[in-house]
Amino acid sequence: MIEVTRCYRFPAAHVLARPTASDEWNRRTYGKCANPAGHGHDYGVEVTVGGPVDERSGRVVDPACLDALFEAHVGRRLAHRLLNEVPLFAERDLVPTAENIARVVFDELAAPIAAAGEARLRRVRVVETRRNSFVYGEPG
Amino acid sequence: MVRLTRAIEFSTSLRCVHPDLSAAENEALYGPAARQHGHNYRLEVTLRGEPDPTTGMVIDLKDVQEVLEREIMQRFDHRDLNRDTPYFEKQAPTHENLARVIERLLLAALPAGSLDRIRLQPEADTWVEIAQPLPGAGA
Repeated sequence: MIEVTRCYRFPAAHVLARPTASDEWNRRTYGKCANPAGHGHDYGVEVTVGGPVDERSGRVVDPACLDALFEAHVGRRLAHRLLNEVPLFAERDLVPTAENIARVVFDELAAPIAAAGEARLRRVRVVETRRNSFVYGEPG
Repeated sequence: MVRLTRAIEFSTSLRCVHPDLSAAENEALYGPAARQHGHNYRLEVTLRGEPDPTTGMVIDLKDVQEVLEREIMQRFDHRDLNRDTPYFEKQAPTHENLARVIERLLLAALPAGSLDRIRLQPEADTWVEIAQPLPGAGA
């Protein structure tokens, strides 16, 4: 089994606040990230898949296929968006913290990657800033 | 002359929209950047001068950090450029325009003649620079 990691980016805005909570709770819980006007990041996403090496191609996964799946299921939906308004978060009552972004990205990618071949999604790492990153999935 | 660079990072959201244009015109001009999105901006501020013979410093970094905290971090970090700042009521917050706003703020706050250049990097593979002409170099 070999793991392959491919890196993506999407610029997005978010507000860390629970709409049904009080301003005071949001400010106390999320600090400056609760600014109602929003703020934003260039999110880095590292997608790690694992699987057997296909003996004919010598590959675990076709990078172009992974790119297309990421764009269709994640990039197109999250890039240049206010994440709070994206149905993946809004309809599930999820505050778009980086933790929840990692879980949502994992959940959206796992099935399409499995359907595309032998490789399986192992983990997703969301790099919010140079100081913050978040991993969801199986440990490396 | 010695040049000294200090870098800071701030996380900001923005929409690239010009107030005189319609929503459709802004979308055509700026593409997806016309929607609210965000960046982790890295700002490198380069200062120049002769090191003071006693201290060995061009400028005290503590003073530089104080200016950057007051003029840049407090204005822009975890803010929205369009809604939380007054600078983009008549222009879109493109990388170029934000760099010009920062240049103006720093020129006013730093000791005269000390700013050499700023480099504003919104993404790993994109940045803009504004350099100050050297004294006597003409316009």
